[in-house]
Amino acid sequence: MITEAIVLSAILFVIGTFGVLVRRNAIIMFLCIELQLNAVNVAFVAFSNLFGIDGQIFVFFVMTVAAAEAAVGLAIIISIFRHYESVDVGSFNLLKW
Amino acid sequence: MTLALRPSLVAALAALALPASVAAQGGAPAGESGGAFTPFLPGMIVLLPLLGFLANGALALAHGKKSADAVRAGGELDLGERAQRPLTHTLPSLIGPGVLGLAFLITLVNFSRALGASLEEPVVVHYWTWMATGTFTVDAALQLDQLSLLMMMIVTGVGFLIHVFSVGYMRDDAGYPRYFAYLNLFVFFMLVLVMGASYALMFVGWEGVGLCSYLLIGFWFGDKEKSDAGKKAFIVNRIGDFGFLVAMFLLYATFGTLDFVPIFADAQLTTSLVYGGGLVTAITLFFFLGAAGKSAQIPLYVWLPDAMAGPTPVSALIHAATMVTAGVYLVARSSVLFALSPVGSATVAGVGVLTALFAATIALQQYDIKKVLAYSTVSQLGYMFVGVGVGAYAAGVFHLMTHAFFKALLFLGSGAVIHSMHHAYHHTHKHDDPQDMRNMGGLRAHMPITWITMWIGTLAIAGIWPLAGFFSKDEIIWQVAAFGGAVNAPYPLLYTLFWMTALAAAMLTAFYMTRMMVMTFHGSNRTGAEEAKHLHEAPAVMWVPLAVLAVLSVFGGWINVPEALRTSFLGLGGALPMSEWLHHWLEPVTAGAHEVQLEHLGEVAHAAPVGGGEVAWAAISFLAAAAVVAAAFKVVGAQKTVPAHDAPAPTGFANVLYNKYYVDELYNWIVVQPIVRASQFCWRVIDATIIDGTVNAVGWVSKGVGWGVSMFQTGNVSTYAFVLTLGVLVILGVSVF
Amino acid sequence: MTTVLFYVFAGIAIGAAIGVVISRSPVGSLLFMVTTLAAIAGTFVLMEAHFLAAVQVIVYAGAIMVLFLFVIMLLNLGHEAQRDLKGGAFAVVAAGVGGAMAGMLALQLRGADVAATGAGAEAIAAATAEYGAVGAIARPLYTTYVVPFEITGILLLVAIVGAVVLAKRSDA
Repeated sequence: MITEAIVLSAILFVIGTFGVLVRRNAIIMFLCIELQLNAVNVAFVAFSNLFGIDGQIFVFFVMTVAAAEAAVGLAIIISIFRHYESVDVGSFNLLKW
Repeated sequence: MTLALRPSLVAALAALALPASVAAQGGAPAGESGGAFTPFLPGMIVLLPLLGFLANGALALAHGKKSADAVRAGGELDLGERAQRPLTHTLPSLIGPGVLGLAFLITLVNFSRALGASLEEPVVVHYWTWMATGTFTVDAALQLDQLSLLMMMIVTGVGFLIHVFSVGYMRDDAGYPRYFAYLNLFVFFMLVLVMGASYALMFVGWEGVGLCSYLLIGFWFGDKEKSDAGKKAFIVNRIGDFGFLVAMFLLYATFGTLDFVPIFADAQLTTSLVYGGGLVTAITLFFFLGAAGKSAQIPLYVWLPDAMAGPTPVSALIHAATMVTAGVYLVARSSVLFALSPVGSATVAGVGVLTALFAATIALQQYDIKKVLAYSTVSQLGYMFVGVGVGAYAAGVFHLMTHAFFKALLFLGSGAVIHSMHHAYHHTHKHDDPQDMRNMGGLRAHMPITWITMWIGTLAIAGIWPLAGFFSKDEIIWQVAAFGGAVNAPYPLLYTLFWMTALAAAMLTAFYMTRMMVMTFHGSNRTGAEEAKHLHEAPAVMWVPLAVLAVLSVFGGWINVPEALRTSFLGLGGALPMSEWLHHWLEPVTAGAHEVQLEHLGEVAHAAPVGGGEVAWAAISFLAAAAVVAAAFKVVGAQKTVPAHDAPAPTGFANVLYNKYYVDELYNWIVVQPIVRASQFCWRVIDATIIDGTVNAVGWVSKGVGWGVSMFQTGNVSTYAFVLTLGVLVILGVSVF
Repeated sequence: MTTVLFYVFAGIAIGAAIGVVISRSPVGSLLFMVTTLAAIAGTFVLMEAHFLAAVQVIVYAGAIMVLFLFVIMLLNLGHEAQRDLKGGAFAVVAAGVGGAMAGMLALQLRGADVAATGAGAEAIAAATAEYGAVGAIARPLYTTYVVPFEITGILLLVAIVGAVVLAKRSDA
């Protein structure tokens, strides 16, 4: 079952990556990043079955960071939306030079 | 000057002022003529002009920016009434000539002491060690011997007279204190040049007088032509200085020292200097390159005529009487070395005689009174080199001395004329050239003293018996003939040619000098009626030096009348007091050279190549010169001279002479233009294109790469995410494969 | 039984994840995401991570996803009709990248000798038996990992302040 969990983790991660690449909506991109984080969590839990409780502790931390990231990221999206009236990442490209 | 240097400088000056330890080389044995020579305050002679420079320089600085601005603007500073002028302007009249007068008096004491003492070996006065590196040591030491004492007499004596003249000539100039500062500094360096006891110290003076020459030629630096003339003199002199330096290096490599006494003592003993060998020839030729630069000989004479841009007393002091004779002094000082090198000596004599003829022909067609005198100076310097080139060192130095008298006289006289002309034009606001002889004429009536004194100078330089120039020039010409007829003379035919050329040039001298006098003082006045009213005789402060120099030009030649001439009718049957006095006086200095000459060449001849003895040829040359003077007086007087602005351009060969054989143009074409073009090549192609291009290319490439790379920075988050993912793929790939 | 359940949960998770990526409506994506999180919580239970499964449901699917929903509603994006997916060429490239990544992960896993259960599972079982499911994870959290734990607390605080500052109207 551990092997299967790791395979599941890999599949979820690839789907998340693909999502991040193809979606334009910033919020959906965020969701896909959450998906990637969860994929990693699955792997951590699987490995905790091999190496001890530490894997689960890491999942705990990942969740905390994800929560913080969601809070800040969504605040940024709100702030950008106020400026551009859009959450399409293609419409803001000031992050250069 | 930093603070740290100051105490040492004060100590050095103090050392100069105090009587120093005297080390007579070789312990001069008391001869029959008297006891040992004790120098009297020799350091003070050098120090006084330096102090004068410092004082006048301080006054010039205090005089302020106002005068410098006035000079730069080319205008004249309104100095107001003479009585109300500031102290900074009046004090130099006292300090400038004063220090020279004192220095002359001290020199006179030394000279009279030397006359009464036996001075077989030079007296070297050591002050301090100037530099010591390894085995190379240069002492700040002054050498007092017959040659340097004579030169000191000329420099301080003639210099003093010219300083006095300058008070009258330059009094109304905005840069008056600066002028005297430079003039004093010049005398200081000139004294270092002639009194220094080593080639290194001589070189200090050599460079110093070059600097002062540059400063004084460009004294009126507001005029670009004049400052350019200063630069030209400086640059041409650098070429000569290169030769001097190389000769010094060779001497040091050979002897391990640069002091005169050991070098001349060893020159005949050392095995590295073979008679006629390559080394000594190289040394003498390089020295002569230096001498040709400083003394305006072919091919480096071009700066001297342009140097007339300076104030006229400067031309008299620096560019006629003293500095330009430094090259002759150098050859005379190094007489042993030149005697050892027949090629070197022949070169000196050949260049000298060529210059004498060449410059004399140019002088025939010049209209600027100072240019005539300048080319005359170049020509007379050529004679001096002929003298020292044929081993007649005493004759060369003799002509140097008499030339200092009559050429200083002529220059100062021309200064008086220009002064008068300038004032006349100034009154009527006419803008003609006050130096052009075509604008003069008939000045005899207005300035009789100047007229008489300048005629004395003219006759002296033309070689009219019994004036100074007759004896000195005639001795040189005779020595050429005698040297060519020596038992083992190296190139007898060549020296015969030299002798005949020198005779011809002497005739030309008589012609162009008479032409100058006639155009200036005789005939009808061409200044214009209104201007003529303002022509005036020079003030006493100017004509007294003229008179003194005129007296010297008359009697100066009598100190060295050849024995043959003295007893003949030319010496009034032995009535002239001193026979070959200068020759005997300089004997200790030239003894080494004469030894060498006697050993290798044998006795000189007593008849000219075409027959005839010394007396006969002296009489012939005198009669010829007198005839030329008379003929020139008639011919030039008969010519109708028109003022400069109406005069037609000269044609034919006269035009070639008027344009000085186009030598300046030739040099410009051969030397200056290639350098300019090479410099422009270096600038435009190597610097601007290759070097700057490389630097710029580095910049352009960086900019281009930056621009290209910045294209990756799209500002689009998706792109960043995509690239990030690619990076992850790469890392994964590395861990997999 | 457990294996079968695991496959079921895994299938739901993968299917819902695909839904997250391809759903047109943001709210739809969000609901798919919640589904995925729940399914993953199920796999956690099957892997004896009971506490994490609970946290996953309560904090992740409950709190964080609600926050997302809240923002979507706030920005009035709920019925966005415009096409959200990128153009075909880019999708192909992204699919290529994703495929490459999958391939590499597969290569990574292939031949790896992974035990069915390990020492970790026994230790966790022992700890759970002694301290209970929460105690088993809380004990190391408050002893070995106390410093990261506290720092995480500070991080959350900073995130709260940052979110307030960013989301606040600057002209207010």
